Amino acid sequence: MAQVTQKKGRGRKIVGILALLFVLLGLYFGLIKAPPDAYQGEVQRIMYLHIPSILTAYLSFFIVFVGSCLFLWKREKRDDILASSAAEIGVLFTGLTIIEGSIWGKPTWGVWWTWDARLTLTAILCLIFVGYLMLRSLIEDETRGAVCSAVLGIIGFLDIPLIHMSVYWWRTLHQPPSILRPDKTPWENIHPSMLIALAINFVAFILLYFYLLSLRFRLGEMKEEVKTSKLYGGAS
Amino acid sequence: MELLRQTFWLLWKDLLLELRRRESILAMFFFGTLLLFVFHFAFEIPAERAAEMAPGLLWLAFIFTGTLGLTQLFQAERENHCLEALLLGPMDRAGLYLAKVSFNLFLMLLVELTVFPLFWVLFNLAFWELLPSLFLVALLGTIGFCVLGTLFSAVTLKARARELLLPLILFPLMIPVILATVRGMEIVFRTGQFEEALPWLRLLLGFDVIFLTAGFLVFEWVIEA
Repeated sequence: MAQVTQKKGRGRKIVGILALLFVLLGLYFGLIKAPPDAYQGEVQRIMYLHIPSILTAYLSFFIVFVGSCLFLWKREKRDDILASSAAEIGVLFTGLTIIEGSIWGKPTWGVWWTWDARLTLTAILCLIFVGYLMLRSLIEDETRGAVCSAVLGIIGFLDIPLIHMSVYWWRTLHQPPSILRPDKTPWENIHPSMLIALAINFVAFILLYFYLLSLRFRLGEMKEEVKTSKLYGGAS
Repeated sequence: MELLRQTFWLLWKDLLLELRRRESILAMFFFGTLLLFVFHFAFEIPAERAAEMAPGLLWLAFIFTGTLGLTQLFQAERENHCLEALLLGPMDRAGLYLAKVSFNLFLMLLVELTVFPLFWVLFNLAFWELLPSLFLVALLGTIGFCVLGTLFSAVTLKARARELLLPLILFPLMIPVILATVRGMEIVFRTGQFEEALPWLRLLLGFDVIFLTAGFLVFEWVIEA
């Protein structure tokens, strides 16, 4: 048991160091190497953080969904820990995305916030998962809390396409995807050095995400261990 | 068939209780009416703008009163361990879900049936002939609200501060219903017919079907946990 934990700990450390390296590399490429945008100028560089952070947030909510399904199916504590850890980090990354978006929106659109479809969707996602975290903290019975939040994790995920559809019909201002478009290959739409910077930052965010997730997951496991050892009179 | 029979008797129990106590329905009705007054004080709605603001205001009044009803939905079961006793019975848990959904739907529709005309009277609206079509849009929205609301009323059943928690969880999930109902009603108001509102109505119908099915499937886990 101790050996496995040690091995996992080492793996986590490696991911952490890699994440740090890639973040530094991403900063170098994003801030120095890539040219400023022809129209937006320097402020466009926020894109190198903005896109990776929202994609990681989406990934996070998908992991909440998977963890919730697995928990309801097999009732194993670790799936619940996984889902709740992913939800916490997902809220963090969604919040970051909204803040970065605001900083970019002010000079580009002239406003901090606008009721555009994609912005609204992101904000609602954030609110749903803040609700998820509140639900967890307000139910005392642990098994019940886990089941109920798993249900919310699944319903929330199923709701995303519907929210997406409704807010899109409602209004759209955010520019459509400019890199991944069906009519052109990605490198025709963006300067290669920009694409490289974006790719490096994307890898950095994914690594950082999994590093944070594994830390948070380990914390959840440790809490569980403490609880069990208390239950059995300190013998563990 | 057995499921429907069980649903019917569970619904009958709730209706009978409500008929004797009249707690939820009275509270919901007066709260709905009160909101209309509050809206008027807040916005000072002139008669010519009332029509354009009606969908949003009406729907706001409905979801607030609906939330009030939802927090009381499992109140009878919370007292004296009634829920445990109910679950001891050899019945399908989905039946309990369907019964609670229909009960809450019944209460909300009763409130809507009175608040709609009241709105027309209070704000001097002219188009009485639009009432049935508007009510139909609201019906689809109300079903969506009850379907998900009942599930989350059960989810927050044993949580601390559950009255606060319920709207916090429910409202973000309700965004498609809120948008679709308000837009749908607004289109019906403007054009007097359904054609243009059809995409919104389809969205509402999809929401109702998806979450009725989801609620039906997961309710058992929630109520027994």
